[in-house]
Amino acid sequence: MAKLRRSMFFTLAILALIFTALISISLGAVKIPLEEIIAVFTGSGGGTNRTIIFNLRLPRVLASALVGLGLSVVGTFFQGLLRNPMADPYVLGISSGAAFGATLAIILGLGLFGLSFAAFVSSLLVVFFVYIISRSGRKISMNTMLLAGIAISAFISALISLLMLLNHEEFNRIIFWTMGGFNITSWNTIAFSAPIILIGSSIMYVFSRDLNVILTGEETAEHLGVNTELVKRIILILGSLVTATCVSIGGIIGFVGLIIPHISRLVVGPDNRILLPFSGLVGATFLIFADTLVRFLLRPTEIPIGIITASFGGPFFLYLLIRNKRNKEGM
Amino acid sequence: MSLLKVENLYFSYGKNKVLKGIDFTVYENKMVGIIGGNGSGKSTLLKNISGYLKPDSGSIFIKERNLGDFSIKEKARYIGYVPQEMPYDFEFSSYDVVMMGRMPFLKRFEQEGEEDEKIVREAMEITNTWKFKDKSINALSGGERQRVYIARALAQQAQILLMDEPVSHLDIRYQVEILSLVKELTLKGILVIVVLHDINLASQFCDEIFIMKEGRIMAAGSPKRVLKADKIKAAFDLDVELIHNPVSHIPYVVPTLKKMREFKVI
Repeated sequence: MAKLRRSMFFTLAILALIFTALISISLGAVKIPLEEIIAVFTGSGGGTNRTIIFNLRLPRVLASALVGLGLSVVGTFFQGLLRNPMADPYVLGISSGAAFGATLAIILGLGLFGLSFAAFVSSLLVVFFVYIISRSGRKISMNTMLLAGIAISAFISALISLLMLLNHEEFNRIIFWTMGGFNITSWNTIAFSAPIILIGSSIMYVFSRDLNVILTGEETAEHLGVNTELVKRIILILGSLVTATCVSIGGIIGFVGLIIPHISRLVVGPDNRILLPFSGLVGATFLIFADTLVRFLLRPTEIPIGIITASFGGPFFLYLLIRNKRNKEGM
Repeated sequence: MSLLKVENLYFSYGKNKVLKGIDFTVYENKMVGIIGGNGSGKSTLLKNISGYLKPDSGSIFIKERNLGDFSIKEKARYIGYVPQEMPYDFEFSSYDVVMMGRMPFLKRFEQEGEEDEKIVREAMEITNTWKFKDKSINALSGGERQRVYIARALAQQAQILLMDEPVSHLDIRYQVEILSLVKELTLKGILVIVVLHDINLASQFCDEIFIMKEGRIMAAGSPKRVLKADKIKAAFDLDVELIHNPVSHIPYVVPTLKKMREFKVI
């Protein structure tokens, strides 16, 4: 029975993903009807549409799907690992580190590749620093990590504000970058990010059963034969890598890594072996959807995707919280 | 062959020496109770035996094999650990929690099979938890939750069961229920080492009692031999009187209260 429900949820999630992706490819300055899209993918479609799909829309859809998947998977894992429902992929200072690198790159005029690279490297540096602080002997304290991440984020945000103040002419670009978007996606970005995000998420998935046990307490997990310190380390490293990749291609897209795991947990329950892939699917769908709105709402201007994710995600999450509270009180 | 042997064990948290030379050997499956004041090292001793903490010096042998030679997974096949009753944030069902006890036996990509399901079911039937197998662990009462944790240790097929104050937060009915269940397990061939706060529960249920004080075992033996007014005075700094329980013939410990006129009115 439970298994049937589960496969139904997965089927629905996959259908929703395909459907949203098709809509996203179809909509835009030039509307491409569904039969055209199918024709192009089967190899018989005509010239202009083919160029639009393969050079503009498909890379965008793929990039937003990858980032949505990556952020949701990492969010799920970090919430479990830190045993904190407020945790998201950015909690260890990755976002502020990336923003700092991006700000520097924009001010120094490093160009697109330089920007992504700077964001990627500086976010990893910050996480590494947080990790070093939180390590005592053989063990890493998750609480210290959380607090150190918050403290360092605050400090770096101050530095960024200062840099923006001193370089007023770049203010808009920096703000726009931090709010995220996929308007500059190319096949190159996908070639670089897809392997890291997909392989990283898959390796993390291997440890989903261990994470289940860690949720019941680190000490208990050790007594059940889980090498908690090793699992923690692997997830922290891979999670940071995946998040840094996501941020470097899409900017700091808020809320996805926080609410998608929660929404998915409400639907399929806490078992990470189910939750993780489901969360990834829902996250991918949600970001494709958000990116479609980005292009559509204020045509011909694009709005930063962070505005969409937060303004949709926030209220929807509140609705779920209230409904969940009612259900519990009803019991 | 000894089941569990602890040899000259020392452990400290940083500079704070907690265990100062623990020695004991257990040869048969029974229920061993550890009592002692706060900070006497009871929980630390348990965590050293479980392998969660590494001793500064000294050794622990399980079936005459050094604990240091066990991998984390191997350890989990011998030692089950039941934590203090605690709240729980995520909504796993009782069945899922007990199934986690099968972790030490599964390879990384191996799925739980029929054999595991059978073992889990047995463990839940012994502990009388099968009836709420689909209920969230959060929705259970403290006593029920504790029974689920015991079921998990059984699913682990542990030969040594370590329990750190398993009944401290439970009401008296559940205390007796849980300890009776554990006592039965010893008859089925499990060695139980349990830290208890309540001396009388220890006296009622345990075959052997260790009294700990300042990181040492200051007395060990059957309740009748160990529970003496002078020893309890030494361990807890408390005057007690011992009353003979006419039904069970085990000692019952009652704190000596000052006489009414000795109470100072503040």
